[in-house]
Amino acid sequence: MDLDAVFLARLQFAFTVAFHIIFPSFTIGLAAFIATLLVRWRLTGEERFNRLARFWTKIFAVSFAMGVVSGIVLSYQFGTNWAGFSRATGNVLGPLIGYEVLTAFFLEASFLGILLFGWNRVSPNLHVLAAVLVAVGTSLSAFWILAANSWMHTPAGHIVRDGIAYPEDWLAIIFNPSFPYRFSHMFTAAYLTTSIVVLAVGARYLMQKRFEDEARTMVRMGLGMVAVLAPLQLVLGDLHGLNTKEYQPAKLAAMEGHYDSSKPADFLLFALPNAEKNGNAYEVKVPIPGLASFVITHDFKGTFKGLNDYRPEDRPPVTPVFFAFRVMVGLGMLMILMGSVGAFLWWRGTLFQSRAYLGLVQHAWPMGFIAILAGWWVTETGRQPWLATGILRTTDAVSPAITFNAVLTTLILFVVVYTVVFSMGVYYINRLIDKGPSGAAQKPPHGQPTRPLSAAEEATREAIIGAH
Amino acid sequence: MVEMASGEAMATWLPIIWIGLLGTAIAMYVVLDGFDLGIGILFPFSPEENDRDVMMNSVAPFWDGNETWLILGGGGLFVAFPLAYGIIMSGFYLPVIIMLLALVFRGVAFEYRWVAKPDHRWWDIAFAGGSITASFMQGVILGGLLRGLPVKDGHFSGGMLDWVQPFPLFVGVATVAGYALLGTTWLIMRTTGEVAAQAREQSRVLLVAVLAAMAAVSLWTPLTDPRIWERWFTLPNFFYLSPIPLLTGLAALTVWRGLESGRDSTPFLGTVALFLLGFAGLAISTLPYVVPPTLTIWEAAAHPSSQLFMLIGTAALLPLILGYTAFVYWTFRGKIKPGEGYH
Ligand code: HDD
Ligand code: HEM
Ligand code: HEM
Repeated sequence: MDLDAVFLARLQFAFTVAFHIIFPSFTIGLAAFIATLLVRWRLTGEERFNRLARFWTKIFAVSFAMGVVSGIVLSYQFGTNWAGFSRATGNVLGPLIGYEVLTAFFLEASFLGILLFGWNRVSPNLHVLAAVLVAVGTSLSAFWILAANSWMHTPAGHIVRDGIAYPEDWLAIIFNPSFPYRFSHMFTAAYLTTSIVVLAVGARYLMQKRFEDEARTMVRMGLGMVAVLAPLQLVLGDLHGLNTKEYQPAKLAAMEGHYDSSKPADFLLFALPNAEKNGNAYEVKVPIPGLASFVITHDFKGTFKGLNDYRPEDRPPVTPVFFAFRVMVGLGMLMILMGSVGAFLWWRGTLFQSRAYLGLVQHAWPMGFIAILAGWWVTETGRQPWLATGILRTTDAVSPAITFNAVLTTLILFVVVYTVVFSMGVYYINRLIDKGPSGAAQKPPHGQPTRPLSAAEEATREAIIGAH
Repeated sequence: MVEMASGEAMATWLPIIWIGLLGTAIAMYVVLDGFDLGIGILFPFSPEENDRDVMMNSVAPFWDGNETWLILGGGGLFVAFPLAYGIIMSGFYLPVIIMLLALVFRGVAFEYRWVAKPDHRWWDIAFAGGSITASFMQGVILGGLLRGLPVKDGHFSGGMLDWVQPFPLFVGVATVAGYALLGTTWLIMRTTGEVAAQAREQSRVLLVAVLAAMAAVSLWTPLTDPRIWERWFTLPNFFYLSPIPLLTGLAALTVWRGLESGRDSTPFLGTVALFLLGFAGLAISTLPYVVPPTLTIWEAAAHPSSQLFMLIGTAALLPLILGYTAFVYWTFRGKIKPGEGYH
């Protein structure tokens, strides 16, 4: 494969994997949300939970279908485009992906059938169990694929002979140094993303004064999650960064736009990294000197490795890593703001009346998706020029026989097909949301108090009040 | 020394176990996804919306689980024979990717078609087109693999369009017919009335076509490849292997009798047997090669430690998977009623 074909192959993989991750981000959280709704329905007997579960299950089905078909593409692309990759790392990564299929995919796919079509075929309890198993399956799937991905970032438990990695210690391979951080950060990201969507849909109905009973449940459940998870995500992200400093210092330097390791680093809000000049233009800093050093080394005078410590061919592309990182962290901060303002309004008891807040929040649904894509962009691009750090460079991983024209053809096909499928999918999901939970009371008579809150909701509210 | 000896034994036996497992996964895939791809292939011949609803609902709870065997097939190849995985996937670059894209279209159609109603015409086309294309490409890959792949330094060394040859294209068409037969016999088993009656008619034509195709492949491969000729037509192999064509004939007869007698599940079960026998025949022709005519299962094998680690999990999990797969099929057993579905 010549260099241009390598570039196209990278573009193709980045495109298909980025397309794929949009759906897992949503379905991992949504599966858990549906399971929770069904469990609450069984516990309380309130029909509202059942209606909501049925409603979200339809959306789940559409999203899941897109997740499945785009995922199958990926698992084959390892071989089609990256034959060198399967050769060099297959001994290690193969079993991890194999375990994903055996423990996760079969479970999800089989019980999905019962979740979708089993409403009248199996007992309610079995149906709830199916929902729980689907949720477990999606989580297991994330576990294994992130173990594989983390190993590519921070390989451990293997030895390399003639450029091929051989396994030595499977536990060390699975629980490699960056895995705990990546898994918890990604898992939280998926739950956050879904919670924001649920919150936004609830807010939308409240603004339109439709399905208000269900909408309030959605807003409460979504907001409760965001208020807790968004700050947690900041903590997890910080820990993740510390791990990166330890194992992938060049990536961290690119994230911070940090070149000169002899001086403490300031926290850059904006800059234009310039690879030729080994420095940035138009730097805008947080006016606290050494803040980046403080975040990373917990000392305002601390120093950490800069890009100048690396030969140009060993550096990741700085600009995309730098900006994607800021997009992710910026959105993370916005989520914290959204969560705390909402929690405050809830505590005041004015949440459902505050149209300014709900009016804004109803448009917040894409936030999680964008943050997740940005986050992956940081990690994956930051790993370059390596595909598996220290073992295999990206340029050595491609399938030699694949020609420029072949990759170009398939790239175009992917873009066309995915664009059609994606826009129609989003359109249909929107249509389902517009229709709303079926069988819902359109509008409860005015002034009538909401149904008695369940104990769990009361407790969350208590907790939030307690925290203030 | 004991350790080394057992290491060697592992290096000999693990690839054999794995090719068996992989073969099982692929056979499961072909049979299971075969009938739901078949439903898509039959769509153009059933223009009535109600019929199509019933046809689709008869496979809707299963298709995702069925397709998971494809991932296990691909994943299993990646796990057990990473070298072969890289060569085969890059060797059939275009057919594989076109197949995947076709699966994208038909996969989402399962959900989109219902949400899109009453404007679902395009998703009917996507479902049918995707199913036909995916089946055809699977046949092309199989046919191409039977012809063999050129390999140099552990990489595929042929051209991107090597598969555009009469034999692979023929196997592609044959696969479409074969899956359609699985589809029609499935419909006989799972539906009633007009849909089932039409499927019965179609089955007869398809059975004849499939038998003709099987006969053609069985003659074509040994006549063009001396290795395959030797495998089948020298003594004593010929005697050991003769039950395969005989059983195939028996299976075909069973299907035909089932179609005549009005038994509802016999034709499907007979077709499954037909497929499994065909599959066994192909395995006999190719083994011990995973990438004919260069790489044997031992040359392409992953490190024994990888194969063993995965084998332990497979041995523990596969029975569980088969168990709950059976449970799902049991849950949705019986004839499908119009209007069943959750949409
Ligand atoms: C953090 C989670 C996550 C990540 C990083 C990935 N996936 Fe994924 N994948 C899932 C989480 C997931 C999921 C939640 O399990 C599925 C099921 C349906 C869905 O929407 O996503 C999924 C579906 C799915 C399927 C179909 C499974 C089925 O039939 O049920 C395959 C073959 C893959 N994925 C393969 C991959 C590969 C090769 C990836 C990396 C390059 C990848 N996934 C990244
Ligand atoms: C699911 C979220 C993911 C996203 C959004 C993502 C994104 C990306 C991007 C943007 C690139 C291109 C980097 C570059 O070339 O500059 C890339 C490369 C790659 N990633 Fe990921 N990735 C994800 C997960 C994974 C996982 C889980 C694996 C493997 C287990 C993986 C394996 C690869 C491989 C093989 C490449 C090819 C090398 C390359 O293109 O540079 N990725 N990914
Ligand atoms: C709030 C502040 C946040 C910080 C400090 C932070 C920190 C980080 C860091 C340092 C990485 C790169 C890890 C590496 O070296 O590979 C990362 C990756 C990532 N981030 Fe964040 N993050 C934050 C918020 C978010 C939010 C809100 C989301 C999504 C909802 C998110 C999703 C991701 C994803 C999907 C990845 C790639 C996967 C991974 O490596 O974990 N992050 N984050």
